[in-house]
Amino acid sequence: MASHNGNARFLAGGHSLIPMMKLRLADPGHLIDINPIEAELNYIREEGGEIRIGAMTRHRNMLESDVLAKHFPIFFEAEHVLADPVVRNRGTMGGSLCQADPAEDLSGVVTALKGEAVLRGPGGAERVVGMEEFHIGPYMTAVQPDELLIEVRFKVKPGGGSAHEKVERRAGDFAIVAASAALWIEGGVIKDCGLACSAVGPTTMHIGRAEAAVIGKAPSEELFAQAGAMASQDCSPSADGRGPVDYKRHVAGVLSKRALSRAAASALR
Amino acid sequence: MATETAPGKMATWLEDAKGEVQDAPIGYGRMKRKEDARFIRGKGNYLDDVRLPGMVHGAILRSPYGHARILSIDTSKALAHPKVAAVVIAKDLETLGLAWMPTISYDTQAVLAGDKVRFHMQEVAFVVALDAYSAQDALALIEVEYEVLPAIVNARKAMDADAPLIRDDKVGQTNNLASPTWEAGDKAATDRVFAEADTIVTRDIIDPRVHPSPMETCGMVADMNPETGQLNIYNGNQAPHAHRTVYAQVAGLPEHRIRILCNDIGGGFGNKVPVYPGYVCAIAGSIVAGAPVKWIEDRSENLVSTGFARDYIMQSQMCAKGGKITGLRVDVLADHGAFDSTAQPTKFPAGFFHIVTGSYDLDAAHCTVTAVYTNKAPGGVAYRCSFRITEAVYLVERMVEALAWEMNVDPIELRMRSFIRPEQFPYETATGWTYDSGDYHKTMKVAMEIAGYDQLRQEQQEKAAKGEIMGIGIAFFTEGVGAGPRKHMDILGLAMNDGADLRVHPSGKAVVSISAQTQGQGHETTFAQIVAEELGISPNDITVRHGDTDKTPYGLGTYGSRSTPVSGGAVAVVSRKVRDKARLIAARMLETRPEDLAWEKGRWYVRGDQSKGAAIEDIAEYSYSGSPMPEGLEGGLDAQAVYDPPNLTYPYGAYIAVVDIDPGTGHVHCRRFIAVDDCGVRINPMVVDGQIHGGLTEGVGQALMELISFDEQGNCVNASFMDYLLPTALECPEFELGETVTPCPHHPIGAKGVGESPCVGSPPCITNAVIDGLRVHTQGRVRHMDMPCNPARTWAAMQGNAAPPQ
Repeated sequence: MASHNGNARFLAGGHSLIPMMKLRLADPGHLIDINPIEAELNYIREEGGEIRIGAMTRHRNMLESDVLAKHFPIFFEAEHVLADPVVRNRGTMGGSLCQADPAEDLSGVVTALKGEAVLRGPGGAERVVGMEEFHIGPYMTAVQPDELLIEVRFKVKPGGGSAHEKVERRAGDFAIVAASAALWIEGGVIKDCGLACSAVGPTTMHIGRAEAAVIGKAPSEELFAQAGAMASQDCSPSADGRGPVDYKRHVAGVLSKRALSRAAASALR
Repeated sequence: MATETAPGKMATWLEDAKGEVQDAPIGYGRMKRKEDARFIRGKGNYLDDVRLPGMVHGAILRSPYGHARILSIDTSKALAHPKVAAVVIAKDLETLGLAWMPTISYDTQAVLAGDKVRFHMQEVAFVVALDAYSAQDALALIEVEYEVLPAIVNARKAMDADAPLIRDDKVGQTNNLASPTWEAGDKAATDRVFAEADTIVTRDIIDPRVHPSPMETCGMVADMNPETGQLNIYNGNQAPHAHRTVYAQVAGLPEHRIRILCNDIGGGFGNKVPVYPGYVCAIAGSIVAGAPVKWIEDRSENLVSTGFARDYIMQSQMCAKGGKITGLRVDVLADHGAFDSTAQPTKFPAGFFHIVTGSYDLDAAHCTVTAVYTNKAPGGVAYRCSFRITEAVYLVERMVEALAWEMNVDPIELRMRSFIRPEQFPYETATGWTYDSGDYHKTMKVAMEIAGYDQLRQEQQEKAAKGEIMGIGIAFFTEGVGAGPRKHMDILGLAMNDGADLRVHPSGKAVVSISAQTQGQGHETTFAQIVAEELGISPNDITVRHGDTDKTPYGLGTYGSRSTPVSGGAVAVVSRKVRDKARLIAARMLETRPEDLAWEKGRWYVRGDQSKGAAIEDIAEYSYSGSPMPEGLEGGLDAQAVYDPPNLTYPYGAYIAVVDIDPGTGHVHCRRFIAVDDCGVRINPMVVDGQIHGGLTEGVGQALMELISFDEQGNCVNASFMDYLLPTALECPEFELGETVTPCPHHPIGAKGVGESPCVGSPPCITNAVIDGLRVHTQGRVRHMDMPCNPARTWAAMQGNAAPPQ
């Protein structure tokens, strides 16, 4: 990357970059194929109270992972509705996050689970950034031109549950709206919460106000309805072929509530 | 030739054919499609597989605006590109007389825009380069200066006094009227019926602009040999013979030196009926470059610039008296885009839309169609539909449903009361069609039984009590297909007949050449089965040849479900001619008189002594041998036929859809779909089922997700399959099929055609189901919405805010 002065792009699964090149929306001088180092970066590990997912882990590996199904059922739910089998066979965790499409499902999942991205730069220097810091704008991330996302880490905490809700016009389409929710419940009280919505803002929308509103309280349909109403208010959708603003706000609320309810059910199971 | 196979492929192909002999009925019945052996292996031979020596590549520069004046075009930088062979613009075509071309509707269309661009992505320049990538690169080097003009994207505003004039190229054109108002039926009688009615329901119903979206896009390899003047055209189109005649007329080329070769075609659905500007450019490019030119459009070009379908705004009223439907009136505003290239027979400017009275015995009906120009792509093709019948069926089936609920009568009950009764056939409709045959009540009942209709209504009430939304939709369609009788219709002056040529070889194997053009319909199997049924030769011993104008008889091709009704008729007739000739030869062989012979499948035998006979392969061998032929009869066993259908055929069907709607998000899930089709005699029921599955899937797409839309500046916003959605298996329920068989009384084998029925019947069925669900959910407040019933639009309708599609 350094030898091309940044006039290059890393090629992982290629399911965003190649279509953009085909449409002549992207025109990198060089492609650096990182598939030869897949063995090094395709993994899902449980170690030190963390789940670590390598950047080259394919969507299909996440869909089929028993470790993820056990700790974070949201992965199975999101991967099940993410694009189609062809994309899931090739596309990667790192590719999804770095493409940073605001309508993309996996960024919402990682945000809700409070995951952290490990970025490696020249000389092997690593830094770890949270999702708040990672997403800086539509299709823009904190990853510098000379850096590569190598891993995403999630803390495993007791009483966890999670769920993903998506409305799409057709199987495999980007979401009209999606909501990703994670809850950690101990002793009948919500200890922590993560809630993110996709396709309703310039980046994956982290609904912090709703998270704060439910922490410390007992899970209930009424509480989640309030959280959903906050998601509805706090997101900032724009009108497009998938629907007008009022509809998207409404659905952000409906799906946030549903995702939180199901996350609670899975936490209490 | 379409079925030519490389030597390496031949071995597996033969092996397969051999293996399947056991499964192939000698005649009608289920058998695997003969063509599938190559398709499922990815060994089809499509346009992009054509690679000719010295071939160069074309690409089209398209307009970035919906409406703009062209001030200048500078091609110098593109021409300086080292790999560019030629750049063609309108003024170059003018010298060849090819700047404008006639459309199928007697309008004109710019091949390359010279004065103005009139729709987004209209063709402006054609680049020929040594490779496809360089051709694309060179497009970016052409500099065009535009003066942007206001665009008309809403047909309702096209006739406003201040609307910009789109077709200022046409002498005498002072507004955006594309064709004068056309009408059918009896207005005065209809007014009287409405005056006496008990109930009248009024609706504005929109069948929105959609795209046929064949998987293989359009394209051409044009190969003009400068030495011989022979033009070979490789081009997947639905009517190769008609295209050849059009090229001869447009380009002034001698028709006998034009050869059109259609290899395998990856879907047509009406999109491959028209002649597109890109085709003319490819031919002009080959003339200019002196080399074969390959031009294949990409997905965006196909979606945005080639033949759309529908785009009918229909104001309608339907009335009832004494509990039965009595009258219908419809006024249509048709959006034809910038050039009128709608596909229909000459005397039918609104196609067969006036079949709009559907399956009902009405006292009177009247319809008008007014067409306007807009700054949208031209088209109006018959997308899996016999010339606007989809629009007609959508209208009448939506109106019947609306009228039923207005009368508080079950929608099936109202249909049953109003159907044309079996004893009324042949039935003359209020708008002048003669339906040949039918038993609509029976077919409707079969559908109700499969669906468990009464239980479904009960389940709907139980769900409603729990706040869940379930909808049940009905559609009963009658189509008129198989165009058509030469006394009634033609296209560009060409009779809508089809030819067939059958040659039985000395070994008893046969080749039948047809003018219909498969795009995936299974002709290589179905037509072999017709010959097999008529002559008793195994379908695996019959090759169906098509797709080469030099080697097949003249005919108008495949669209409007006309292959079986017209070309199938020709194949049956030519087989019978061969059978008749075989009888004369058999009489000579058996030393008896022809009238003393009787036919059983595959064999003539002597009446009264069945052991004494001659099989068709023995007769064939004899006909080519040195043995004497009967007096006055030529050797060989072959025949030719041209079939002129005496009437259209009228397939019909009863469809029932069940949908579940998410009250929170408006998402519609089609849970069940019951389709009972009556297409007359079924040649290969498996092929029929496949056709129905495909058409229903397209109906799910149109009802739930498909829409071509534009912004105010005239930009088409559905330029890819990311934005123009096609359904997948996940949106489709497991289709539940049933059948009734009412043979067509005037067709040689009693068949009616089926390819388009499911695509015609399913959109109103699913839309009716969605509206039915919303009606129950809102205690009757919601009574209408337009397609597509996508989540946002369905949710808005649920709130009482249904809006026209844009």
